[in-house]
Amino acid sequence: MAGHAYNAETYKEAKKEVWKVTWILSGLTLIELALGVVLLKFPELSSSWVMFIKGTILILMMVKAFYIVAYFMHLKHEIKNMVMTIVVPLFLFVWFITSFLYEGNSYKNLKNKYNPFFKEQSTIKVPKKDAHGGGHSNDAKGTTHDAAKPAAH
Amino acid sequence: MSVATTHNTKWWNGGKSPFNLEYGKVMMWYFLMSDAFTFGAFLIAYGTIRMSSNGWPDPNEVFQSFPGIEGGGLPLVFVSLMTFILIVSSVTMVLAVQAGHHQDKKGVVNNLILTIIGGAMFLGCQAWEWTHLHHAGAWWGSNPFLNADGTSPSTNFTNLFFTITGFHGFHVFSGVIINIVMLIMTLNNTFEKRGHYLMIEKAGLYWHFVDLVWVFVFTLFYLV
Repeated sequence: MAGHAYNAETYKEAKKEVWKVTWILSGLTLIELALGVVLLKFPELSSSWVMFIKGTILILMMVKAFYIVAYFMHLKHEIKNMVMTIVVPLFLFVWFITSFLYEGNSYKNLKNKYNPFFKEQSTIKVPKKDAHGGGHSNDAKGTTHDAAKPAAH
Repeated sequence: MSVATTHNTKWWNGGKSPFNLEYGKVMMWYFLMSDAFTFGAFLIAYGTIRMSSNGWPDPNEVFQSFPGIEGGGLPLVFVSLMTFILIVSSVTMVLAVQAGHHQDKKGVVNNLILTIIGGAMFLGCQAWEWTHLHHAGAWWGSNPFLNADGTSPSTNFTNLFFTITGFHGFHVFSGVIINIVMLIMTLNNTFEKRGHYLMIEKAGLYWHFVDLVWVFVFTLFYLV
């Protein structure tokens, strides 16, 4: 395209920006993982804390998405008309996510209210099977597998 | 780097591309936007079904294995490795694009090779994880993992997991193939003769999108 002037200076500049964004993305991922470890190590956290930590992880996810789209995909440096044709349709996701999650939650509440069988089934604890081990050696054949999966090994 | 003069330019007066972008690149953006809605629909279906369930498996229980280490008990470790691999391959891809801007053929070739290796490593990791879960009894229609509260699970969890990571893995696979084609074209001096490396940019957009989707899959399936 015309209008771009590339030289050794812009090359250096561009590489610098790439590495800066790389560090930001790595840092955000490490924070996300640290929060994941917090959730893992403190199972007795109150549910509002769990909600808060999960919400923070989701916000960090959006920040990472912004950095990838803006810098790696270069959208930040395109002209405004172009940015708007991409960004404006994405606002449909606001409706999409809110209404469908609300719908899922409402469906659960209705099932629990009007379908006693469903509610009862989801309170019965079943004995823990050794379904998941580290390797395949402790995977007792035939006990953990159901009939739908005959050719596992 | 940036578009030189956007001020006082009437982009919509005709005679010039109003987005100051090449046609193919604009179309790649619109394709990616439609793909974003496809993945969005999958992930929102996951959210809806999870919201409508009374119980759900604990990801730290399900994803706790690492190749070569018996017994599991290492949640988050393997998926961190996969995420790291994909971020690094995205970085090498953007470096290949920058090298293309500056007509640096050697830089394009080196970074494309690194990107392809990164993509192949990611696919290898995913193949291992799928095999491992399959051996543990998980597949479409079969879920051996109990809900976090110890109640009986439904197969929704495995169905969604294999469908969504499978769809993403297929995108990674396509991206690796596209990058291999780009590498061959670069080595054949196709872009050198053409005078620009705009094809690398389009492949790069696709590759970053794949990385972007993984950011969401990783967070929604493995972390929360």
